[in-house]
Amino acid sequence: MEYEVNIGIEIHAELLTKSKVFCSCPVQFGAPPNTLTCPVCLGLPGALPVLNKKAVEYAILTALALNCKINRNAIFHRKNYFYPDLPKNYQISQYDTPIGVQGFLEIETSKERKRIRIRRVHLEEDTGKLIHSGGRITGSDMSFIDFNRSGVPLLEIVSEPDISSPEEAKEYLTNIRDILVFLGVCDGKMEEGSMRCEANVSIRPKGSEKLGTKTELKNINSFRAVERALQYEIDRQIDIVSKGKEVIQETRHWDEKNERTISMRSKEEAHDYRYFPEPDLVPLEIDDAWIERLRSQIPELPEEKYERYKDLGLTPYEAKLLAHDLEMSIFFDETIKLYNNPKNIANWLLVDVTKELKDRNKVITQTLITPQLMTELLTLIDEGRISGRIAKEILPEVIDKGLSPRKIIEERNLVQITDVSELASVIEQVIKENASVVEEYKKGKEKSFMFLVGQVMKLTKGKANPKLVNELLKKTLG
Amino acid sequence: MDLADLTAHELLTLISKREIAPKDVVKSCIDRIERCEPLIKAYLYIRDPEEIINSVREDMPYSAIPIAIKDNILVRGLPNTCASKILSNFIAPYNATVIEKLKEKSFNITGKTNLDEFAMGSSTENSAFGPTRNPWDLERVPGGSSGGSAASVAIGSSIWALGSDTGGSIRQPASFCGVVGLKPTYGTVSRYGLVAFASSLDQIGPITKDVTDCALLYSFINGHDPNDSTSLNVEPYRYSPLTGDIRGMKIGLIKELLVEGIDPSVERCIRDAVKTFQDLGAIVEEVSLPHISYSVPTYYILAPAEASSNLARFDGVRYGFRAGGKTAEEMMSNTRGEGFGPEVKRRIMLGTYVLSAGYYEAFYLKALKFRNLIAGDFKKAFERFDVLISPTSPILPFKLGEKVENPLEMYLSDICTIPINLAGLPAISIPCGFVNNLPVGLQIIGPVFSESRLFEVAYGFEQAMPFHKRRPQLGGNTYGV
Amino acid sequence: MLSIEEVIHIERLARLKLTDKEREIYRNQLNDVLNYAAKLDEIDTSNVPPMYHVLPVTNVLREDIPRNNFSLEDALNNAPLKEEGFFVIPPILGGEE
Ligand SMILES: [Zn+2]
Repeated sequence: MEYEVNIGIEIHAELLTKSKVFCSCPVQFGAPPNTLTCPVCLGLPGALPVLNKKAVEYAILTALALNCKINRNAIFHRKNYFYPDLPKNYQISQYDTPIGVQGFLEIETSKERKRIRIRRVHLEEDTGKLIHSGGRITGSDMSFIDFNRSGVPLLEIVSEPDISSPEEAKEYLTNIRDILVFLGVCDGKMEEGSMRCEANVSIRPKGSEKLGTKTELKNINSFRAVERALQYEIDRQIDIVSKGKEVIQETRHWDEKNERTISMRSKEEAHDYRYFPEPDLVPLEIDDAWIERLRSQIPELPEEKYERYKDLGLTPYEAKLLAHDLEMSIFFDETIKLYNNPKNIANWLLVDVTKELKDRNKVITQTLITPQLMTELLTLIDEGRISGRIAKEILPEVIDKGLSPRKIIEERNLVQITDVSELASVIEQVIKENASVVEEYKKGKEKSFMFLVGQVMKLTKGKANPKLVNELLKKTLG
Repeated sequence: MDLADLTAHELLTLISKREIAPKDVVKSCIDRIERCEPLIKAYLYIRDPEEIINSVREDMPYSAIPIAIKDNILVRGLPNTCASKILSNFIAPYNATVIEKLKEKSFNITGKTNLDEFAMGSSTENSAFGPTRNPWDLERVPGGSSGGSAASVAIGSSIWALGSDTGGSIRQPASFCGVVGLKPTYGTVSRYGLVAFASSLDQIGPITKDVTDCALLYSFINGHDPNDSTSLNVEPYRYSPLTGDIRGMKIGLIKELLVEGIDPSVERCIRDAVKTFQDLGAIVEEVSLPHISYSVPTYYILAPAEASSNLARFDGVRYGFRAGGKTAEEMMSNTRGEGFGPEVKRRIMLGTYVLSAGYYEAFYLKALKFRNLIAGDFKKAFERFDVLISPTSPILPFKLGEKVENPLEMYLSDICTIPINLAGLPAISIPCGFVNNLPVGLQIIGPVFSESRLFEVAYGFEQAMPFHKRRPQLGGNTYGV
Repeated sequence: MLSIEEVIHIERLARLKLTDKEREIYRNQLNDVLNYAAKLDEIDTSNVPPMYHVLPVTNVLREDIPRNNFSLEDALNNAPLKEEGFFVIPPILGGEE
């Protein structure tokens, strides 16, 4: 039997505000335990929450970018459950009036272009961090709690179960990540936990109306893990169903090391969060003026960039790579204002510059190369003043030191030799020293010609104009 | 006459005229504490007398007027138990906003007063550390939950005090102890640093010997606080001397609060009060608030629901009492099972139940609708009347232990005070008579932000019928009427 | 009438360890209160909107300015058990939430 897969994804993104969502404690990573806390985020008796305006605006921005309707009257609810990392033993969250509802995101996979519906975007607070002395949840002697993360603003983005393959899931996730990064609301680092993902997965016979029983997947901590965890879980469910058994509704953990999902101990009791309106906060009234002001702040997002780059003549592949890289795309956009050959810039940025950046483990804004310097370099090639090879040679110095390519080639005498008489004498010398190769060429071995060109380039330390060398050599050899 | 029997404004006048030394007042209160506290047990914690005396500053008059603070309002460095075992070892690491405000004026805190555990109760019997007794009759309760604060003011072991009021917890003990208590408009006094019972109903307020003191103290604690989102950013109340002129004022006597199970002697006092108001030139008419009789069930759904969530944080993880347990979950359940007293557990159970799946609509949501209806009744009434009046409590101070066995009966006695919290309105309780040497309280209710009007009406009554000048025998003096 | 099973369920949700005796007492007392609360069924409220707030206020917001004047000592002073800046509790069993 053929099966259809339904995946819904729930993303939690930590917002890049300077202070926490309900108190003024700084949001900061790596501080000593419990040093970024106060009565509010420690849940001390008598403490009260006050909502961070920036966090609300980041939530609205994201909801708008994901094509959501904005709830004009959004209120906060308490989600009641006991867990030691949750200081008040309730989480201030949103329930039936989230900030954004009914949005969507378009994704493109190798097969098709498709719209994934987004059910809701809401704002809530993060919990503290539990550290188990044994390193595992069970079997440790004691648990340690650090509340520095408690109260960091979290955005929850929930999709409908419209995703039908692990590939789509990864595409959806990376697209959301890129949007959050482009908006500047989240750094999108899954491995560091600033973006977290849970998925619910079910399968059903192809054509069936009713969704199958779903399992919830947790502990997916990297983009790489998303595809593999989902594939494993889909295979597991198909295996169960094809044996005539039934999938159990449960929460399963992705075990990264052993590449499998494992059942968490089934809960003794079903969750009953006893949501009710948070009496310590007043309602949010989000009016048109506020929405429009925020809408005007949304920068060009990857999707639009992608279309624009294709219009500039880039291949879909190039366009996509550039459009989803915030820093690179900004650099690209600045450079095309100075240098009118987008294709050439894209090529240099995506191949040579990218390679240099990878070696340094940096993004382009962390280096000294500028759109002006890039333009200078490409213009030198176009003018025939340097070869591509020389350009590649001096690129690292431009990146690391911010030196002008023009100055580098002048100071080091790297300008191309275009003087015919100077080249003629070098060619003379090469023919003399490689008589046998010349013979072979004359007998019709084309490769020998390339060897001779290479020798000329070598003697001129790469400064010879390759086109001119070709012409002169052919003429000389008759 | 002892200085401890005077009001704050009387003492301030004597000090400014240099007729008494500031330290004399403090010493008089400490003397009163030493003599009466063993019988009354108004306090859970008393600062070192030396320290209290040394806190007096010649240049700061309010440092000479000792104030008692209910033990659910955080004072940095002092214990804050909420009369619960679960916070028995908790030292407040920060000041409530009202305390910050008082410290600006160098207010001199005597200590932390007894209450029903987490302010849940109407008798101060639900304290993990033993009950407070009524200074007018040691066999009787002082009311609750701010019973400690009210008893302390009545007996003179402090000149004035702060309490908190969720369903009558300032007004009812003020009534039972023969003093004045104000439940301010919701949102006018910051709740930051008040241990929450029911967030949408809680409000801190003054308990004093007379209306002038009440207005004074209220003027120091009210005002916007950016740390409390429900604190209103409106022009704060500022004290100005009261005139008591209420001629032409329209007063509504709430019909429904004079029938259900009211003690006839209480009703007589209220009828007398109506006459007094008429003599003062006010127009008094009966008014019906048809939904007010639904206040008690509405309150006993909403307040426990919020409480069940507010009290979830007491789990033995970060502060307070911790019981044993092999796992974190076991430790938390044991801590809460052993740390909370019976009334608190009862309300947590009730609140958890009414919020749980399948019951939210039937109970919680429905109660919110009744809250709307009740608030609507008041709004309508205030279209016709300047203020409304009722008894503060339908019954006289009862004997210790008399109602412990029957929580529902105890809940029903809150009928007069509860609707005011549900509607977020201000109300003041003032002494309006005595029955067998037990005080009776009159409740005056106004629309939102009408505190100054309430003070005028109350002051007018007080000047005409100075019941507030009587002092319990126990203090060692009778003074006044 | 509330069953003992329901009482135990609520007790679990509320993380309150009760004795058998307490369960029986609360069962009866909660029943009394809930029966009394049935008084609210006397009136049809289907068209009455719920009142979430008595305050006529919306959008109480704070600027995003970090500030921290609460010391680690303040945070940990009341902790029943602490170590190297952490709050310490018995081990967690049985997964999350
Ligand atoms: Zn904080």
